[in-house]
Amino acid sequence: MVKFYDREFSSRLLIGTALYPSPKIMQDAIRASGSQIVTVSLRRESAGGKTGDAFWSLIRELDVTVLPNTAGCKTVREAVTTAKLARELFGTPWVKLEVIADNDTLQPDVVGLVEAATILIKDGFEVFPYCTDDLGVAIRLVDAGCKVVMPWAAPIGSAKGIINRDGLRLLRDRLPDITLVVDAGLGAPSHAAQALELGYDAVLLNTAIAKADDPVAMANAFRLGVEAGRTAYQAGLMEARDFASPSTPVVGTPFWHVVS
Amino acid sequence: MRVTINGETRNVTATRIDALLNELEYEGSHFAIALNFDVLPKSRWAETHLKAGDEIEIITPRQGG
Repeated sequence: MVKFYDREFSSRLLIGTALYPSPKIMQDAIRASGSQIVTVSLRRESAGGKTGDAFWSLIRELDVTVLPNTAGCKTVREAVTTAKLARELFGTPWVKLEVIADNDTLQPDVVGLVEAATILIKDGFEVFPYCTDDLGVAIRLVDAGCKVVMPWAAPIGSAKGIINRDGLRLLRDRLPDITLVVDAGLGAPSHAAQALELGYDAVLLNTAIAKADDPVAMANAFRLGVEAGRTAYQAGLMEARDFASPSTPVVGTPFWHVVS
Repeated sequence: MRVTINGETRNVTATRIDALLNELEYEGSHFAIALNFDVLPKSRWAETHLKAGDEIEIITPRQGG
């Protein structure tokens, strides 16, 4: 089981609800992923519009826990207000906190992130901060009261997988009691498996499933990748080494006496 | 009275938030509203008076990653 604040879940795969070819495929992919937590956003509704209501009824049919995000917020003020709107709208203290520094890389503004997390936690929120793999920032977030920290693997939607394996490993080693989620940049189920093999508690992704040729099949593949990675972590992975070591026994090798 | 709704300035006749939603034909049920960057809980929509220059954001759930 994986713990997010005071709630426990069996699935270690959190998935997004955006970019799917159709609402039906979104629902089928979420079901195939086995996810129990999905991310949603908040956007302006135009007069007479019912887009929000239509989307919300699709999500409610899935019986999943909702994690609202502050995607697109560039200032602390925007992010804090968006989080409060999310709490009003969804009735949850949870928020995936994003404060974005740069449009092209969607790199987190880590200074603004720590500030916004501090404000929100004092106000009773349970914050899931989207951050980089910087240990100093992660420690500041934990000091602010975050019990979940979500470093990126690579920029959002880039599908590059884990670009700083050592950085992520360091976070895991230094923050053993924090629920760590690799969020963003995963492109393949093998990337998700790698995150779980490193001891990460879960992964969060969207684009790699939604933009696959067959999102439902890919959701299932990610479910299996997460399961494989977690099982491998629990089984205990061997250390890498620089030289070969034969797996077949050497003793009793035929013609051994002629080999000098 | 001129107010800003979702970033657009417009003239409205409504003087309270609930009346404003009616005037603009917002019919769905899942909204959250921010008035001048503060969340305005649904329980206060009927009693909250608008004033000229107010900035109102009308927000609903949407797809997200």
